[in-house]
Amino acid sequence: MYYERPETLQDASRLLAETKGTAYILAGGTDLLVRAKSDHFEADLMVDIKSIAELRTVHHTAEGFAIGAAVSCADLGRHAALKAAWPGVVEAANLIGSAQIQSRCTIAGNLCNASPAADSVPAMVAAGARAIIAGPAGMRTVPVEAVPVAPGKTSLGQGEIVATIEIDNRPPRSGDAYLRFIPRTEMDIAVVGAGVSLTLDETGTIQSARVALGAVAPTVMLVAEAADAILGTRLEYAALERLAEACSAACRPINDKRGTVEFRKKVAGVLARRAARIAYDRSRGA
Amino acid sequence: MSGLAVSATINGDEVEYLCQAEETLLDVLRNRLGLTGAKEGCGTGDCGACSVVLDGKLVCSCLVLGAEVQGATVETIEGMAKGDTLHPLQTKFLEHAALQCGICTPGFLMAAKALLDANPDPTEEEIRFGLAGNLCRCTGYDKIVRAVQAAALEINGG
Ligand SMILES: Cc1cc2nc3c(=O)[nH]c(=O)nc-3n(C[C@H](O)[C@H](O)[C@H](O)COP(=O)(O)OP(=O)(O)OC[C@H]3O[C@@H](n4cnc5c(N)ncnc54)[C@H](O)[C@@H]3O)c2cc1C
Ligand code: FES
Ligand code: FES
Repeated sequence: MYYERPETLQDASRLLAETKGTAYILAGGTDLLVRAKSDHFEADLMVDIKSIAELRTVHHTAEGFAIGAAVSCADLGRHAALKAAWPGVVEAANLIGSAQIQSRCTIAGNLCNASPAADSVPAMVAAGARAIIAGPAGMRTVPVEAVPVAPGKTSLGQGEIVATIEIDNRPPRSGDAYLRFIPRTEMDIAVVGAGVSLTLDETGTIQSARVALGAVAPTVMLVAEAADAILGTRLEYAALERLAEACSAACRPINDKRGTVEFRKKVAGVLARRAARIAYDRSRGA
Repeated sequence: MSGLAVSATINGDEVEYLCQAEETLLDVLRNRLGLTGAKEGCGTGDCGACSVVLDGKLVCSCLVLGAEVQGATVETIEGMAKGDTLHPLQTKFLEHAALQCGICTPGFLMAAKALLDANPDPTEEEIRFGLAGNLCRCTGYDKIVRAVQAAALEINGG
């Protein structure tokens, strides 16, 4: 295997595009280097993107946040402005693994690993985040939910790299939240995850909403019916019930040792309503 | 021997080594540099026995490539004591019997030091969360938590 550490996106993209064998992008390595230990893993090239200066920072502009693909989740947790604007996204990113894993893992890696249970992904989808993709043909922008297409598979072409995750600034009276269910209190894979993002009007009525679920289908789900169920409400009991029902109905989970289909459907509804409650309180500044 | 030439600063010393692209930092430390303090419990980021500090950040050395360390600074358990003087965490681990077989201990000490460097006066809950990436099969964790609390007290001049 070859290891390369390019200093520009163009060089990284070219290395990936020109290789004849199997090439991987190495960000934090907390998924890739675990996989690399399995017997059936083969890589001819790993392209480490951590020395590309523009991928190592979070830019905050008048439009929003541009999070470089090599920024660790621990660093996101230390970014005061991002945390104030998008507490749910940052909480989700900070749920990944332990202190050791946090020092290395990235949200772009979490997205591109394409695990159905990736924690930061429902929060990013709820936030309307976009992936800026650099490739041999230049740059393109897609909603983050367009990146994973099946467990372990993405829509990225050869030589393409997620360079940045973009998230807008917040209008007033907005809030988001992410919750997951795991059998332990730490260091476990989500059985269900739910991300909710809301914006209210002056009277506390929900003006816009996005609800996303993780670990209940082959890829993250943006559940439009769940958002519709709470639009125009002040998240009264009946609205929360409808939200939970819409989430449970939308799930297409699998049965495994970590949770049955029935359990996952139920928990998806419960977590979505709890996350909505937190997002609502945050929107009101409560 | 062929391989990648890497130069790094390890426990304050300039070090140069050759390694294969797929070799982890843990393998380099143990097999090439004779620094066998970091242990391999799992090789997959779950147990923390391989914890070291890379450019000021606590990491699992089993999930870092040796080649990635070019130009970086690494601190391992071997650098924790200053000469014959143990670090307060090491002393308190001994006093509180916070180890039995000891295989997890270097990792716990590195993680506990990183925790106290960032947060000198952690609550018990913060200690337990901060050390959640380290597994111990022997002690039941309580003695480790007590030792870290005692070390924090001593470091803070209590
Ligand atoms: C002990 C442990 C605990 C964990 N706990 C959690 C958890 O609680 N929740 C959770 O969701 N995950 C968890 N994970 C999985 C992992 O840490 C996360 O998915 C992490 O976010 C991956 O990021 P990374 O930067 O380390 O990715 P890498 O391992 O570097 O890459 C992952 C994949 O994405 C590709 N890739 C990386 N960056 C890019 C890019 N910019 N553009 C295109 N492709 C790219 C790589 O080629 C690779 O296929 C855990 C892992 C370990 C070892
Ligand atoms: S050996 Fe690295 S975490 Fe277990
Ligand atoms: S002392 Fe034996 S594993 Fe911790």
